[in-house]
Amino acid sequence: MGKEYAIAIEGLSFCYGEQNALKNFSCNIEKGEIFALLGPNGGGKTTLFKILSTLLPIQKGNVKILDLELTKNPKEIRKFIGVVFQNPSIDLKLTVKENMTHYGRLFNIRGKTLRKRIEQNLEHFDLKDRQRELAENLSGGLRRRLELSKTLITEPKILLLDEPSTGLDPTIRIDFSTELKRLQKENGTTIVFTTHHIEEAERCDRVGIIHQGQLIAVGRPEELKKNIAQDVVVKIETKNPKKLKEEVLKKFHLDSTVATEYLIIHTSKNDESIHKFYESFSDQIQSITISQPSLEDVFVQKTGYQFKDLEEESKE
Amino acid sequence: MNFFVYSFTIWQREIIRFLRQRSRIIGTLGQPFLFWILLGSGFGTSFRLNGVELSEGYLEYFFPGILVMMILFTAIFSTFSIIEDRKMGFLQAVLVAPVPREAIILGHILGGATLSILQGVLFLCAAPIVGISLTLEVIGLSFLSMLVMSFALTSLGLIFAWKIESTQGFHSIMNLFLIPLWLMSGAVFPESSAHPIVGWFMKINPLTYGVTILRRSLYPLQNKMIEGLPETVTCWIVITCSTLIIFVIASLTAKKYQG
Repeated sequence: MGKEYAIAIEGLSFCYGEQNALKNFSCNIEKGEIFALLGPNGGGKTTLFKILSTLLPIQKGNVKILDLELTKNPKEIRKFIGVVFQNPSIDLKLTVKENMTHYGRLFNIRGKTLRKRIEQNLEHFDLKDRQRELAENLSGGLRRRLELSKTLITEPKILLLDEPSTGLDPTIRIDFSTELKRLQKENGTTIVFTTHHIEEAERCDRVGIIHQGQLIAVGRPEELKKNIAQDVVVKIETKNPKKLKEEVLKKFHLDSTVATEYLIIHTSKNDESIHKFYESFSDQIQSITISQPSLEDVFVQKTGYQFKDLEEESKE
Repeated sequence: MNFFVYSFTIWQREIIRFLRQRSRIIGTLGQPFLFWILLGSGFGTSFRLNGVELSEGYLEYFFPGILVMMILFTAIFSTFSIIEDRKMGFLQAVLVAPVPREAIILGHILGGATLSILQGVLFLCAAPIVGISLTLEVIGLSFLSMLVMSFALTSLGLIFAWKIESTQGFHSIMNLFLIPLWLMSGAVFPESSAHPIVGWFMKINPLTYGVTILRRSLYPLQNKMIEGLPETVTCWIVITCSTLIIFVIASLTAKKYQG
């Protein structure tokens, strides 16, 4: 018996006219895991998200959600999935509670069950005091919270989120991520979300990196990073990085990159020189950080592109 | 059974939203009233129906026409709400729910129809001003004809709403198609005084039959206002069939829609 998958995608392709948004995309998402689909904007994430949320039809390939074929059972699948879109889908002219009631009814949840779930969610998401307030009066963070709590009224087995942290400030972003972890732990919900924030993907169980409609890497974040190199990144805070660069090159024969007030060195984990940096330049160094490569380094290694450059390009 | 629960919840949202948007209430009630008063008294007694002067002048002829305009405007506003919902992301959330598209369409149409009827009934109170006596029969028949027309016009608006990206785009459809549809329905001028080409358009326009039913409902007894108009039975057949066809097209368009 093979593993049970929440979502199994096989050879999925999708075109908008002549433009390929997805090319032979295959990926399995296990039950109960938090899976991030990481990629720069314009990489095919949203198209995949729309297909999984039953909004776009499958042109080529096969997708199974909880063992149900997406093409044959979209209506059945909609009962098990909860979708949080990038654009807020709450009605600003309805109150917090009305938004929840409306959404629950669309999933045929009524009467006592609906009232109980609304009560639980209001309490859990700290929205009880504001339940009678119009959604338009809520702050951005609270609206996002309402968005998630509304979706959870249906107790979905799979939660799909498209760029959930867009427009949120960092503190709220962390709250949101903690909330997802709780859902996974307490309800065993499978959570799949798209993101272009590297640090967000780092916190997931597994991550799939998507580029130009193809899955270029998939695995646990630490595995992916381990696979690319034994390198570590040394970040030195200094008042004169240019001067330090020259000295490092002279003394340790290491090349480095200058960034405002920082000097960044990629070097081997076992390189003894790292330990000698501080001793040699203690008068110039304000702080020194040694870190593992990030998923961005995985992306660069697999595609030859800088993540940020592609982001800029897609904005243009 | 679930089908109607889905439609009910969409209907309920439409009503709540309407009641919370004061400008919309003022716009949909105030504009037709202003049009009726200004055009009605402006043309006054210079208007002749089949060569005969009416005691209340154009104000009387235009009364059912303005009721239909009110229905048309409410339908247009309902259509705007679909376009806005799509822009805001709300529609996507409805589309990923296990709800048949027909139920979504029905909820929207019933929402539009309820609002039209509410406003229509309110406006009907002004009927005695132009000498129309409000008997139970008049109210009942007018109610029924307004119901069918609002159902048809909201469905028609929704066909466009699923295809048009912006409210600006819908404005051109409104000006080029929906308003002329109303103008050539006997709401503003009778077929007898129109140019033969316009008269021909009026004959094939299903809304003409809707306006006629409403006019006949307001005048259950013989009256010069309904002389020469198509027979009630013919009107009901035309308007019912047209409504059903439009509703089916609206449902099919919604089914094909991909978010």
